[in-house]
Amino acid sequence: MSKPKTVIEKIWEKHVVYQESGKPDLIYIDQHLIHEVTSPQAFEGLRLNNRKVRRPDLTFATMDHNVPTKDRDVVKDEISRKQMETLRKNCEDFGIKLADMFHPDQGIVHVIGPQLGLTQPGKTIVCGDSHTSTHGAFGALAFGIGTSEVEHVLATQTLMQEKPKTLNVYVKGDLGPGVTAKDLILAIIAKFGVKFGTGYVMEYTGEAIRNLSMEGRMTVCNMSIEGGARAGLISPDEKTVEFLRGREYVPKGDAFDEIAKDWLALATDEGAVYDKTVVINAEEVEPQVSWGTNPSMCVPISGTTPSLESVKEHKEDVKRALEYMGLEESQPITSIEIDHVFIGSCTNSRLRDLQNAAEIIKGRKVKDGIKAIVVPGSFSVKLEAEKLGLDQVFLDAGFEWRDSGCSMCLGMNDDIVPAGGRCASTSNRNFEGRQGNGARTHLVSPEMAAAAAVEGRFVDVRKFKSGVLN
Amino acid sequence: MEAIKEHKGLVFPLNRTNIDTDQIIPKQFLKRIERTGFGQFVFYNWRFDDNGNKREDFDLNKAQFAGASVLLAGENFGCGSSREHAPWALLDYGFKVIIAPSFADIFYNNALKNGIILIKMEESQITEWMKEAENGAFYLSVDLEKQEIQDDEGNIVHFDIPSYHKEKLINGWDDIALTLLNEDKIKAYEEATQA
Repeated sequence: MSKPKTVIEKIWEKHVVYQESGKPDLIYIDQHLIHEVTSPQAFEGLRLNNRKVRRPDLTFATMDHNVPTKDRDVVKDEISRKQMETLRKNCEDFGIKLADMFHPDQGIVHVIGPQLGLTQPGKTIVCGDSHTSTHGAFGALAFGIGTSEVEHVLATQTLMQEKPKTLNVYVKGDLGPGVTAKDLILAIIAKFGVKFGTGYVMEYTGEAIRNLSMEGRMTVCNMSIEGGARAGLISPDEKTVEFLRGREYVPKGDAFDEIAKDWLALATDEGAVYDKTVVINAEEVEPQVSWGTNPSMCVPISGTTPSLESVKEHKEDVKRALEYMGLEESQPITSIEIDHVFIGSCTNSRLRDLQNAAEIIKGRKVKDGIKAIVVPGSFSVKLEAEKLGLDQVFLDAGFEWRDSGCSMCLGMNDDIVPAGGRCASTSNRNFEGRQGNGARTHLVSPEMAAAAAVEGRFVDVRKFKSGVLN
Repeated sequence: MEAIKEHKGLVFPLNRTNIDTDQIIPKQFLKRIERTGFGQFVFYNWRFDDNGNKREDFDLNKAQFAGASVLLAGENFGCGSSREHAPWALLDYGFKVIIAPSFADIFYNNALKNGIILIKMEESQITEWMKEAENGAFYLSVDLEKQEIQDDEGNIVHFDIPSYHKEKLINGWDDIALTLLNEDKIKAYEEATQA
């Protein structure tokens, strides 16, 4: 029998176009996703060099970063409008399929890929966006690239890449009741830091991972980049297959069953060896809240901000983070009051995320003075949610119900948190100024965000469900 | 990209870890459709206050760091968003060399594609240089061919860089042109896999 391999090695080997010692491998890209912000300069480069898009059929475009989430008919920001018009023209000129702002397939690029079935196990998928790791949930090797690399893929359908090292993130045991995929990935990053994955592709393994829904797996893989890894993936299994069955871009009928066999065969072999393994015990994971200015600055809801005395390394950075966030050292997380709530982003804007938040919010009210918005991940998620009456649940509680896009995760459109504002956010980055200049971001799950909207401060959603808060 | 073999420049020490690309260039400046003109926005929220006035307490705004072209920074420089606007902004501002204990993967690739010399260096050495550079007028010369960094007193420190990256920088290679030399192999791959 041949040597046992990881899913990462299996995908890599199938995609090497050309190999030469001392140089990066040239690997083939099966699916290229593009959006309005990181592609214009790439198309400009093609034009300047009189180059074509090699495989427009393997390229798919949408608009997500800049799009308004209300009153879409008029894009007031002229520069945003120009960027979107540029994408439209580029797609027309080069023959690329585009789901523009009014198209039924429009949505956050990492939500629509899986939704349409463009994302499939074993594919190499790239996009000029660091959260491309999301697609790894399906056992695809998916990673973010810069604009020069976008141009490279457009022109050649390949990329020069060093073969990555493999990192097994082994999640032991199962998550407790009321603890979510978001809590798990935040706890992983809090435990191992923001650069433990640098130079690696992560594979998430273990019982807790197998038990997650596909949406939960997407949430986990999405934030691989916050742990430093360009890509994070999960071996395909029956759940992966069933999620994709019947989607627009997957084969139909017998052909689907055939390809599904190939997908399942990609799973990491028993006994395969990784370059590095880290272990976390799922049973110990509690609902998480970030307190600082990078995603590793995160503690359980029962915790406090750090005491400076206990900080061993880079104390200045911790001090600066506390100052920026307007928090004291050793401050209990449950004492932090918020004024904004954002439920959305490529991390947590899928139907199941909205259902989970709606379950908490149903029959309750958003506390006075809090601005709370829900931004579904795609037009299709929005419609499905409306069919289930979720829009009304959120509206009745005092949330705004918006159109899909990246929105307040990075505030490139009008959806920003004002300076000094404090947001419970289901997004992925709590960097300084991320949601708006001077804005303070706390990363949480959709359930925790919903509970914070009601209470006006962070509470343990597990206690919230039982009605006993403290 | 332009070839670069060596560089001597004024050092700017930025003693922070995990400097993310949102700090290097905030999102409001990502809407341009050109590759040029981003230098004015580099570290924008650190350099300017809410009214667009220079923050006097941020060192890069001080006269002794005007014209700095060698950036010293803490570990995990360039983490976060994949925006290539970050290296565009740094290069356009005038930074040709960045020295840090470690870099984020996507940023590293992006900077390399734009001809910025990225050097991974022991934290203790960086801390030493940060001290030297703190009042300005501290220069470092980087010789990529020899893989050496020299200060004004002639102290020489060796650095490692993957040989392929070094060649790429020295020759100013265009990756797309290089790849297209292997177009027959791409075609053969597509035929064999029916991609």
